[in-house]
Amino acid sequence: MTPEPSRLRGADLAGLAAAGMRARPLRAVLSALGIAVGIAAMVVVVGISASSRAEVEAQLERLGTNLLTVSPGRSITGEEASLPPESVEMVGRIGPVTSVGAIGEVDANVYRNEAIDPNRSNGIAVYAATVDLLGTVGGEVAAGRFLDEALAAYPTTVLGATTAERLGISVADGSVAVWIGDARFTVVGVLEPVPLAPELDASALVGWPAAEAELGFDGAPTTIFERSPDETVAAVREVLAATANPEAPQETVVSRPSDALAAKAATDRTLTTLLLSLGGVALLVGGIGVANTMVIAVLERRSEIGLRRSLGATRAHIRLQFLAESMLLAGAGGIGGAVLGGAVTAGFALWQGWPVAIPLWALALAAAATVAVGAVAGVYPAAKAARYSPTIALSSY
Amino acid sequence: MDDQTSTAVRVRADAEAPSAGRAGPDAAPSPDAEPPRPDPPPVVELAGVDRTYPGRPPVAALRGVDLTVRPGELLAVVGPSGSGKSTLLNIAGTLDRADAGTVRIDGRDLSACSDRRLAAIRAHRIGFVFQQFFLAPGAGALDNVADGLLYTGRPRRERRAAAAETLERVGLGDRAHHRPGELSGGQRQRVAIARALVGDPGLLLTDEPTGALDSATGEAIVELLVDLHRGGTAVVVITHDPQVAAAMPRRVRMRDGRIESDEAVRG
Repeated sequence: MTPEPSRLRGADLAGLAAAGMRARPLRAVLSALGIAVGIAAMVVVVGISASSRAEVEAQLERLGTNLLTVSPGRSITGEEASLPPESVEMVGRIGPVTSVGAIGEVDANVYRNEAIDPNRSNGIAVYAATVDLLGTVGGEVAAGRFLDEALAAYPTTVLGATTAERLGISVADGSVAVWIGDARFTVVGVLEPVPLAPELDASALVGWPAAEAELGFDGAPTTIFERSPDETVAAVREVLAATANPEAPQETVVSRPSDALAAKAATDRTLTTLLLSLGGVALLVGGIGVANTMVIAVLERRSEIGLRRSLGATRAHIRLQFLAESMLLAGAGGIGGAVLGGAVTAGFALWQGWPVAIPLWALALAAAATVAVGAVAGVYPAAKAARYSPTIALSSY
Repeated sequence: MDDQTSTAVRVRADAEAPSAGRAGPDAAPSPDAEPPRPDPPPVVELAGVDRTYPGRPPVAALRGVDLTVRPGELLAVVGPSGSGKSTLLNIAGTLDRADAGTVRIDGRDLSACSDRRLAAIRAHRIGFVFQQFFLAPGAGALDNVADGLLYTGRPRRERRAAAAETLERVGLGDRAHHRPGELSGGQRQRVAIARALVGDPGLLLTDEPTGALDSATGEAIVELLVDLHRGGTAVVVITHDPQVAAAMPRRVRMRDGRIESDEAVRG
């Protein structure tokens, strides 16, 4: 008579693993916590960098990627080149170009009033600006308004966001004036930060005619901004240099500011990798904690192992039980860590005003990592448990 | 004060003795019933079994032991500690292997059996009862008993149904959901016996089943074992308690790893 082989159902195996974990709740929580910290760290790192990238993408979507700029470069002999004064108008004549704006650097500083030490210029640049500038770069005013045809001829100025902060100015109702060159300029507007033209943030903008009249501006633009429909950007780019400076097209620099913005998001990658490997170290330490817990559990539960063997468990059943318990312990930590990491990411993103983006692959990877860590951590204790002779296991109490 | 119970048990056990060796009408049917044979194989048969534990010096726990337990038999194994009783039980229960000699369970020679095969024999054919009960503290009586079927691969619902029936059989039907901590020592031992019995094994091996109990409770457990034997299960009781041994129809006395005497009390 051959008895049927011993069999352990999958559901019962899961039940055994869960019961083993529940038997010592505090120990289970503490050892799962190690895994949870590692997983949470990794999810947070990936989640925050993904959220920040999503923010940049949303920003680019909002700002558009069809803005090109032309600036003077250097001549063959290494001198600083300049664009001819009529270049702004010429760029505007390129067929697909829908809007054009320009700034020209003015050799002057801006002060809160005439009593300030001239050396304390606060690093603020003064630019002459065309009235179409703000619309072209996609900027917005925080207070007051931007220069228009009427204001541009008078000593009025619009301050960039950083400038306003440095000078301590937040009202732009015409009651405040600043000192530029040797004249008072009334502040008519303050800008929000301009992501596609960050040089505007630390500047004071004055009207093109006013700059020529009051500040000795030579009328040569330092940067021309232009937009055209997306599908024509490449074509416009081809002709932009030659149009802006027909005499010396090689002395101009054409660039696309949105590329710089996207590149900035990409450079975070090194830091992300570094933080991710720190999270990996935490996960490894957590895995060692789980292995430690399991080794102790096996030592403590020798009589349980002996009893199970007497009830008909094979060595493989014992090994599976402890392996499953280890994986469950690590898995519980992984789930806890993913939830914790997700919550921290969401909290941080909301606080920053970013969209919340937690990539699914990160969660899948976290799950796979914990299961793998649990399996590896459980291999030795499970093998040890399975090696016990049933009689030794039963005689130890 | 225990005398009365003890006598009662002895009388009943003695009355039962002649039937030893032949399975009763509702004897535990082996799961894979073969065509009935006039002489079913012994549930356990040890022939010339040696077992020596390695060490300095090596300890010879069993030397040339011969023992045959027939289906439905009830016997006590007695002897001083260190005489090899527990080793005998471990080897008869397939938990340990003999160094020499042959061990047969249900007529099958164990020497060629793999770990898996031995586990299968334990899962289906042998029930163990230990002095320390070894109950899971966090589980109720019913689940502890149902664990006796865990490695048969039967579904949980079936296991629990069988466990409820077996609990009734040992007189604990009303304690199914009590945890071990809420049960008395005797009740715990009954739960452990029910766990050993739930798979309807042909052989029940008990190691000092009354060792952790007071004498009155112990008597009741002995009475239960006698009842089980009457139900057709072969029961081996290891004990150092002469009163318990006296209640058994067959007594095997061990000393220094040998069987000193093997006497059947004829009624």
